[in-house]
Amino acid sequence: MSEMREPIESGVPDPFPLMHPTLKANYGNWSWHDRPRPGVLHHVAHSGDEVWTVRAGTPRQLDTFAIRELCDIGDKFADGHVRFTTRSNIEYMVSDETKVAPLIEALEAATYPVGGTGNSVSTISHTQGWLHCDIPGTDASGVVKSLMDELMHEFKNEEMPNRVRLTTSCCQINCGGQGDIAINIQHTKPPLINHDLVANTCERPSVVARCPVAAIRPALVNGKPSLEVDEKKCMCCGACYPPCPPMQINDPEYTKLAVFVGGKHSNARSKPTFHKLVAAGIPNNAPRWPEAAEVVKTILRVYKEDARDWERVGEWIERVGWPRFFELTNLPFTKYHIDDWRGARGSFNASTHVRM
Amino acid sequence: MTKKIRDTPMLDELENGPWPSFVTGLKRLANDESKPHADMMKDLLGQLEHSYETRKGFWKGGTVGVYGYGGGVIPRFSEVAEDYPDSKEFHTLRIQPPAGMHYDTATLRKMCDIWEKHGSGLIALHGQSGDIMFQGCSTENVQPAFDELNENGFDMGGAGPALRTSMSCVGHARCEQSCYDEVRAHRMIINDLIDEMHRPALPYKFKFKFSGCPNDCVNAIHRADMAVIGTWADEIQIDQDEVKLYLEDVGRKYFTESVQMNCPTNAISLNDDDTMEIDDSSCVRCMHCINVMNKALSPGKDKGVTICLGGKRSLKIGDLMGSVIIPFMRLNTDEDYERLLTLAQDTVDFFAENALEHERIGETIDRIGLVNYLDAVGLDIDPNMIAHPRTNSYVKTDGWDEEAAKWFARKDDQATEAAE
Ligand code: HEM
Ligand code: HEM
Ligand code: HEM
Ligand code: SF4
Ligand code: SF4
Ligand code: SF4
Ligand code: SF4
Repeated sequence: MSEMREPIESGVPDPFPLMHPTLKANYGNWSWHDRPRPGVLHHVAHSGDEVWTVRAGTPRQLDTFAIRELCDIGDKFADGHVRFTTRSNIEYMVSDETKVAPLIEALEAATYPVGGTGNSVSTISHTQGWLHCDIPGTDASGVVKSLMDELMHEFKNEEMPNRVRLTTSCCQINCGGQGDIAINIQHTKPPLINHDLVANTCERPSVVARCPVAAIRPALVNGKPSLEVDEKKCMCCGACYPPCPPMQINDPEYTKLAVFVGGKHSNARSKPTFHKLVAAGIPNNAPRWPEAAEVVKTILRVYKEDARDWERVGEWIERVGWPRFFELTNLPFTKYHIDDWRGARGSFNASTHVRM
Repeated sequence: MTKKIRDTPMLDELENGPWPSFVTGLKRLANDESKPHADMMKDLLGQLEHSYETRKGFWKGGTVGVYGYGGGVIPRFSEVAEDYPDSKEFHTLRIQPPAGMHYDTATLRKMCDIWEKHGSGLIALHGQSGDIMFQGCSTENVQPAFDELNENGFDMGGAGPALRTSMSCVGHARCEQSCYDEVRAHRMIINDLIDEMHRPALPYKFKFKFSGCPNDCVNAIHRADMAVIGTWADEIQIDQDEVKLYLEDVGRKYFTESVQMNCPTNAISLNDDDTMEIDDSSCVRCMHCINVMNKALSPGKDKGVTICLGGKRSLKIGDLMGSVIIPFMRLNTDEDYERLLTLAQDTVDFFAENALEHERIGETIDRIGLVNYLDAVGLDIDPNMIAHPRTNSYVKTDGWDEEAAKWFARKDDQATEAAE
């Protein structure tokens, strides 16, 4: 290498030079908002200034053509500024109401659906998968595409009792985070160890330390230092795989999908909650994952019919109870739903409150 | 001769249906022969199809970086490079987004120009980490790609045992619920601690996230080690004229069932003259009534943040939600923001000194106790930090009188402060 360039350690970019002028002018001085139609927010500032935001779904993994297309729409219809939500929706701001309709038309013509606001099902927050991660059991982008195709109506309309936030993750670590409904990888068999590679690839003590149930022991296999797994103890979490790729956890058949429900980050009404396992053993059926989509659609349908206004999925189940949840969704209740990890007692019903 | 794309029958199925297809995007990049990334993306599609067929991933990590920094590049080497040679290296640059994820189109176009010159043309806006993920770069192009992005005002994000890229909600820029200047807090803290991001030397990752109110649009409470969430100390502001209009619109029954009965602390009542009353000493600032009646109700005027510590995902002891370490810190003056920065610095220092390797701060606190953390950074205990006091008797209370005296002394101090 010849001359090395020192990085400019500029940190977080200053958003003000990039921000829509109406947002900048009214920074910290907004008064109220409403939603004239699904996919559109209308904010009014104390100054009297107004701004309309049009929100559209994107596939997150964007090619330069798509980004330039989205920029063209921004230049032509939306003053040349955009922002993104944490769920990879794109937002265009306009300070003139008459620009809203042509903007929506241009987005829909370019196949970007307008929606994701209010009590809709917004874009599924997702991870990398086979496209780019080194430990994935499935392809997050494909799962999301398949599911959103089926949930298009719920994305473009605000017909749910409250907002619905879906997430999906391609390993049990769950980069996707908590969701009203989460579709996650769930392994069902202990890792298959490639003993020839362990000695050269893995730092054995740190792999041993990684296992949450202390199922891994150093061992000599065929005269070589390797690792062994106590298969009775192992609960197939996959945590040993990232630090030691020869501990192959992913399997075309035994790596399955599971569905969790009732996660929530917002503090509105009830405190934030973790999502809870409701279905497992769902085949990892690329390229369209129809079985997973069926479970998600069933839960959404029942929630839509049965929940009261403003109940999130978890709050609805809290009110009607788990027996009713399993009855309404026709999902089986099994021994795997009963927690046996630390703190499990906290999830038991320590009362005589039972539902008949 | 131009390279051919292999058949991708499984991926092709993901081009059907109304949701915009990432596969169509990948193919556009593969088919654009005028760009250096065409062949790379042909093999990338081939490898991805192979993953769909076999239901396995074929990337492995390695070591790739840029001059001057210890992290931020996610190395990806193909395990099936003989079959897909042009995408044998497909690294990601994690680049920090502007606070609030605002862009102008010129900036996005510039990013496209840079990435089709040096990389694959594939950009994720944004990764779960908050980063702009420039995915798909050969080892040799990582440095020039970063140099150009860096010259254009963008800096590397975090990876590994380091301070991580942060996120803030849209907040002050477009949201009436926002209770503090998220852009200022976000940039102040991350830019001050930037060395911890670029030269990974912490026991494990450390994340800050910034939400302007308890709706927590960036999911800070669970996904950040330190969650800075806006709130207020005084009364919810009520515009009684708007309350009346709201009641006319939805009716009293809807108000009762959807607003009043959903208040977690029964703090809301409707007077005989249709004015609304809120018992602010019961209100837990959950946001529900304000969300539903956002024209009639607004957060109070005495604004600041609640800070929660210790949120994280599964590994290793299970999920942890962040929990309160500061019930209310006013954020108004420069000194207030300085105090927030000092707390951030002290907490990261505490983490660096006390966490075991590969331990998140929530786990550290689980191991050593919340009080030890509070002592170390000089924070006073507060009943808002707990859901309820301990239910067991397994504690040695021989210092009770001194501790009680401290509590009363603090109360006196607060009374004096309030009187000033
Ligand atoms: C070499 C190994 C790894 C690499 C390169 C890597 C890379 C990444 C990337 C790129 C993301 C952003 C994902 C996205 O938005 O698409 C991510 C997120 C995440 N990763 Fe990993 N990962 C690795 C290993 C792990 C391991 C071993 C775990 C857990 C044990 C893990 C847990 C997570 C979680 C929980 C998130 C999401 C976190 C959040 O949203 O706050 N990763 N990782
Ligand atoms: C530029 C060089 C490297 C980078 C950027 C890097 C990055 C990382 C990151 C981000 C993690 C996850 C840490 C975490 O978030 O907890 C990790 C884990 C790990 N890395 Fe590296 N790494 C590098 C070099 C190496 C090398 C050279 C080795 C081994 C010789 C290595 C072995 C490991 C192991 C064993 C783990 C798992 C740690 C554990 O079990 O707790 N890394 N590395
Ligand atoms: C090169 C290695 C790794 C990289 C690049 C990496 C990267 C990431 C990223 C980008 C996130 C999300 C960050 C964010 O949202 O701010 C994340 C989250 C996480 N990672 Fe890693 N990771 C690596 C290795 C590991 C390892 C080895 C483990 C554990 C064994 C691990 C455990 C986690 C966990 C538990 C989270 C969840 C954080 C949360 O949501 O609270 N990571 N990782
Ligand atoms: S969920 Fe797991 S496999 Fe998927 S991107 Fe995150 S770390 Fe990778
Ligand atoms: S899969 Fe999980 S439980 Fe099983 S050995 Fe690996 S780390 Fe331990
Ligand atoms: S967290 Fe609160 S302030 Fe921030 S965007 Fe969401 S509702 Fe607005
Ligand atoms: S903010 Fe929440 S707790 Fe406070 S009055 Fe409104 S609904 Fe009740």
